[in-house]
Amino acid sequence: MTSLATASPEDESGAVYRYDIPAERPWSRVLKRGQTLRIVDSEGQQAVDALLYCADNPAERYSAQDTLRVQGSAYIDLGTRLVSNNGRVMARITADSCGRHDTSAGCCSCESNAVRFGESTRYQHACRENFIMELSKHGLTKRDIVANLNFFMNVPIDPSGNFTVVDGISAPGNYVDITADMDVLFVISNCPQVNNPCNGFNPTPIRVAIWDPPAL
Amino acid sequence: MMSAEMKREISEANRRRYEQLRAAGQEATPKGLPDATALDAKPIAPEAVISREQIPADWYATMRLRRGELLRIIDDLGMSSVSMIGWREEDTSERINCADTVKVQWSAAISKGRVILSDMGRVFVSLVEDTSGAHDLMVGGSTPASTLAAFGTVSRNTHDNFLAAATKVGLGLRDIPPCVTFFAPVSVDANGAFLWNAGRKRPGDFVDLRAEMNVILALSNCAHPLNPFRAPLLGPVTLLRHRAPPAGSDNLCRSISPEIVRAFEFTDRLFA
Repeated sequence: MTSLATASPEDESGAVYRYDIPAERPWSRVLKRGQTLRIVDSEGQQAVDALLYCADNPAERYSAQDTLRVQGSAYIDLGTRLVSNNGRVMARITADSCGRHDTSAGCCSCESNAVRFGESTRYQHACRENFIMELSKHGLTKRDIVANLNFFMNVPIDPSGNFTVVDGISAPGNYVDITADMDVLFVISNCPQVNNPCNGFNPTPIRVAIWDPPAL
Repeated sequence: MMSAEMKREISEANRRRYEQLRAAGQEATPKGLPDATALDAKPIAPEAVISREQIPADWYATMRLRRGELLRIIDDLGMSSVSMIGWREEDTSERINCADTVKVQWSAAISKGRVILSDMGRVFVSLVEDTSGAHDLMVGGSTPASTLAAFGTVSRNTHDNFLAAATKVGLGLRDIPPCVTFFAPVSVDANGAFLWNAGRKRPGDFVDLRAEMNVILALSNCAHPLNPFRAPLLGPVTLLRHRAPPAGSDNLCRSISPEIVRAFEFTDRLFA
């Protein structure tokens, strides 16, 4: 089920950028059109929250509802086109060794944690705190946070509507490749949530690497 | 530095709490949900009506509701779907949040007794009456691209309606969150594919939303992108803004689950 951007998933020799994002931390970088970002779930069962903005005009940004409507189904997997709020393809999933990712469950926040798990969890680090800090580097604010992607997060929706965050199915070293169709600001929160199974109750580091498009 | 054993104990305690919340949210809470409202069960007394407006097919409206006021949205002919976004009047960076709404209630389906949450862990509106129970929070409204695909030409659509509505209240494209669409019977099959359940639409279906904070709403009456019925114009919807006695603490929407009790506590603090 995978189509690989590189000869071997472990071979990062051609990458133009590599970085280990520590547990619970944010990251961002502009992907040039044609570049491929690989996100590696280094230790397994780690949710990676992600937002994409059009680098030239950040009011155009990833839209979960547009993406699902165009696709006609509820999960993100190999071949999914990530569609903007203006209906343009921003990027696509070009390799996937995990097999299922979410875009309906949003990101954790101090405020939603307090509702879900009790008031004491209001004072725990959360993805939205990461997004706010990282977006501030690019002149963006909470207002710009929309429904995000959750790579390696398993959120089955059953025909009755039941909606459950269950244990991540990704194994150590599982990865997903995202190839940019336009210049995009790619923003990640390496999810710090400890109150549900999305991170196996133990947030861990992830790795990112970027490749230029293959030479013609 | 926390010992590995202490860390493991905390993880295990958090897992136990999550499992308890899940069991409550998916097994106990749904049993406490009320039946759908009957089509003729809840007439509104004329003196309770604040204003009345009909949105023609393909058009939109903006509306402000004070905390405690209600909005009845009626699908007059049983052909329409109404997409809705909204913001808190005093701080429009607070807006409806579909992801938190489904996550906190453990359900992608909303119906009578459920609520729509803001992104700040507060209740935006609650569904105090609902004849339909068939609403969409996943697929969103129509767009220029979806109308081109459906009708062969770009026609009026929810994306453009929301943009116009947002602009009229001083907001813009950056302020348009994912929407809820009422009277849009979307479900997900075992493989994740979306299905349209046309049999769940009836003339006169309505919802009553009670504003739990002061809200600005944008409402768009366009064909849902999954609706296979390809008539270009589907029919009007009626908006009735009305008053009702204040909701007591025994009100079902406020007490349906521990999560929702907390969300109302946090909302009430805004007005304490």
